[in-house]
Amino acid sequence: MGMMKTLTAASLALGLSAGAAAAAGAVGEVTDYDFSFEGPFGTFDQMQLQRGLQVYTEVCAACHGLQYVPIRTLGDPGGPGLPEDQVRAYAEFYEVWDPTLFDGEGDFRPATPNDHFPASGLSNAPDLSLMAKARAGFSGPYGTGLNQLFRGMGGAEYIASLLAGYTGEEKEEAGTILYENTAFPGGWISMAPPIWGDDVVYEDGSPTDVESLSKDVAAFLMWTAEPKLMARKEAGFRGVLMLSVLAVLLYLTNKRIWAPVKARAKETPAE
Amino acid sequence: MSGIPHDHYEPQSNGEKWLHRRLPIVGLAYDTLMIPTPKNLNWMWIWGIVLTFCLFLQIVTGIVLVMHYTPDVDLAFASVEHIMRNVNGGHMLRYLHQNGASLFFIAVYAHIFRNLYYGSYKEPREVTWIIGILIYLLMMATAFMGYVLPWGQMSFWGATVITGLFGAIPFIGEGIQTWLLGGPAVDNATLTRFFSLHYLLPFVILGLVIVHIWAFHTTGNNNPTGVEVRRSSKEEAERDTLPFWPYFVIKDLFALAVILAVFFAIVGFMPNYLGHPDNYIEANPLVTPSHIVPEWYFLPFYAILRAFTPDVWIVMFASWITGGVIDAAFFGVLAMFGAIAVMALAPWLDTSSIRSGRYRPMFKWWFWLFVVNFFVLMWAGAMPAEGIYPIIALIGSAYWFAYFLVILPLLGVLEKPLPQPETIEEDFKAHYGKAETVDGAAAPTPAE
Ligand code: HEC
Ligand code: HEM
Repeated sequence: MGMMKTLTAASLALGLSAGAAAAAGAVGEVTDYDFSFEGPFGTFDQMQLQRGLQVYTEVCAACHGLQYVPIRTLGDPGGPGLPEDQVRAYAEFYEVWDPTLFDGEGDFRPATPNDHFPASGLSNAPDLSLMAKARAGFSGPYGTGLNQLFRGMGGAEYIASLLAGYTGEEKEEAGTILYENTAFPGGWISMAPPIWGDDVVYEDGSPTDVESLSKDVAAFLMWTAEPKLMARKEAGFRGVLMLSVLAVLLYLTNKRIWAPVKARAKETPAE
Repeated sequence: MSGIPHDHYEPQSNGEKWLHRRLPIVGLAYDTLMIPTPKNLNWMWIWGIVLTFCLFLQIVTGIVLVMHYTPDVDLAFASVEHIMRNVNGGHMLRYLHQNGASLFFIAVYAHIFRNLYYGSYKEPREVTWIIGILIYLLMMATAFMGYVLPWGQMSFWGATVITGLFGAIPFIGEGIQTWLLGGPAVDNATLTRFFSLHYLLPFVILGLVIVHIWAFHTTGNNNPTGVEVRRSSKEEAERDTLPFWPYFVIKDLFALAVILAVFFAIVGFMPNYLGHPDNYIEANPLVTPSHIVPEWYFLPFYAILRAFTPDVWIVMFASWITGGVIDAAFFGVLAMFGAIAVMALAPWLDTSSIRSGRYRPMFKWWFWLFVVNFFVLMWAGAMPAEGIYPIIALIGSAYWFAYFLVILPLLGVLEKPLPQPETIEEDFKAHYGKAETVDGAAAPTPAE
């Protein structure tokens, strides 16, 4: 048994498993959608995040969860920015298990803003909290993620492409129905097409075609994965600015200090 | 202490004299800061300060991360998310720490290549070099164990693969692997011991860094000519050197500020670019990722590890001669550690009496090929082990060993060196004596 494990580990190291080949061969197609949060100065579009939250709540939440996301953060700056009363009302929409209730036996109660979103209700549907970051590398070429660097393509593009990438083909394999999808690596996914167009009614009258809904929910999932994106870019920007000023000052100081030494080198010949 | 003659600290006030008789700590600080430094150092001598900064950055951000992190297989991943979402400034702390590791390795590789080019490892700086190699090994161990802490998919599977390497050692390997992991597989016991060591090792590194600095302050810095500072008198030494403060402190800080500006741009605008997306999926022992890759800074050695497949003749030969004790897996492990071992031996393998690559016309070419080869190995390490890649990795690995074991020993005999300047002063004057080079940042370009 021990020897087997050693062998498996070693062959993993040496062979990197056949899966690598499959993954490298069958990368899905990811469309380079434009998102407001791309690039060093990109920011979240608050209205889009609110629309995405609506799509998530009315469509995806039936199967998926967001277990790492505290509900109260829906009111945070740099996010969907819901007012406090709306956050509280939204929280009550969910039931959470509270082990302290019912004399320590536990019971369900309506969620409060301090609770997290529930975990996935459908066991084989992955949690979506971090999906937009976990799938960032799918935007090739060759899994290098260079498209992410040069074209701003990350997990949000992948999610939108996935939702809009169904071809309509289905097949059954070992009892599960698989749906053909041009973005999913391998081409066949067990998630039934969740978005068909007009799945939700937007209050602001924004378009509800498949692509628009997919982009909205993808933007929202980018926020759930990286809620501090805007604060981070701001900090980065301030850091770069301050360090650049500091660099200029140090450059001038350095030049000044060395000037007499270099002048002396010019005057006296070497011995 | 021996070293380059220079002015020493003289306590002035009564208070200073009182302390100096009991603990000459101000004198130590003075001698360290005012150490005579070759005038002609170029921009490749700034990496030391970057490395020191990185060590402090990692320790400071790390200590605060520990306040919010939980080393438990059921809680670790969620606690990192807690840092990212709920802790004030936690997302910046974590990204600084994560990308700080990359900056650390960029700096250490630049520093090592600098030493290889200018022959800084040669007599009398062998001890500095060996301590540097030890620091590098500890950095790799620290970074490897740190990467396990967030308990993502790559954390778990990376740890499984790397500790599996020890399992490839004949007879005792399995025992070592179990001992490292604290059980038959990567689990809670592994996480807690890695956490403990990840906290400890940076402080061991700190101790070694102090010894490293002590060692090269004893011998004096090398410089781009490789010619030693004249040290028969203080006056003579002063013609070749300048005190570290303020000349080199300000120069180094300028370089550090430029590098940190780039670093902050990466942390602020693309903090996950150097990481693996799969590490945002919680570790799952039942699901193997399709492509397990280590962090970029391990890739060249990972390529060497995987290059020696069972069909390579030298592996077959080793297996045959040892009656099968050395199989391909073990051979790969030996090659990986051997690659660092031969580098550590460079001071004794390099037979040339000339230090600096600047005056070694043949060496130059082999050196730059070595640098290119390093990046080729890095790239090969990131590719799946199939098709053309293992062959590229094998050629790259062969060159790595040939560089240290064949080329460095032979070149010293075959090569006819170019004339070197007599003194550092002469080199400095040759550079700044010409009027047109005076303006601008005006230091030699990094490569020369
Ligand atoms: C009927 C249940 C169901 C609904 C509704 C649903 N999903 Fe899924 N989803 C799944 C299942 C099951 C999987 C796992 C598919 C697989 O791995 O084959 C999945 C997988 C995913 C994945 C991961 C794909 C990958 O790369 O592994 C994403 C992203 C995703 N869903 C997004 C969404 C979004 C966004 C919505 C709402 C618009 C949604 N899903 C609605 C069941 C659902
Ligand atoms: C030589 C210096 C160090 C290096 C190279 C280093 C490297 C790393 C790396 C690569 C990670 C994984 C980052 C990630 O993916 O999240 C990490 C995580 C971590 N490190 Fe360090 N580290 C160093 C020093 C320290 C010190 C001194 C401490 C504490 C005193 C510390 C505490 C932590 C903690 C708590 C984590 C887990 C949190 C996280 O994942 O961000 N580190 N380290």
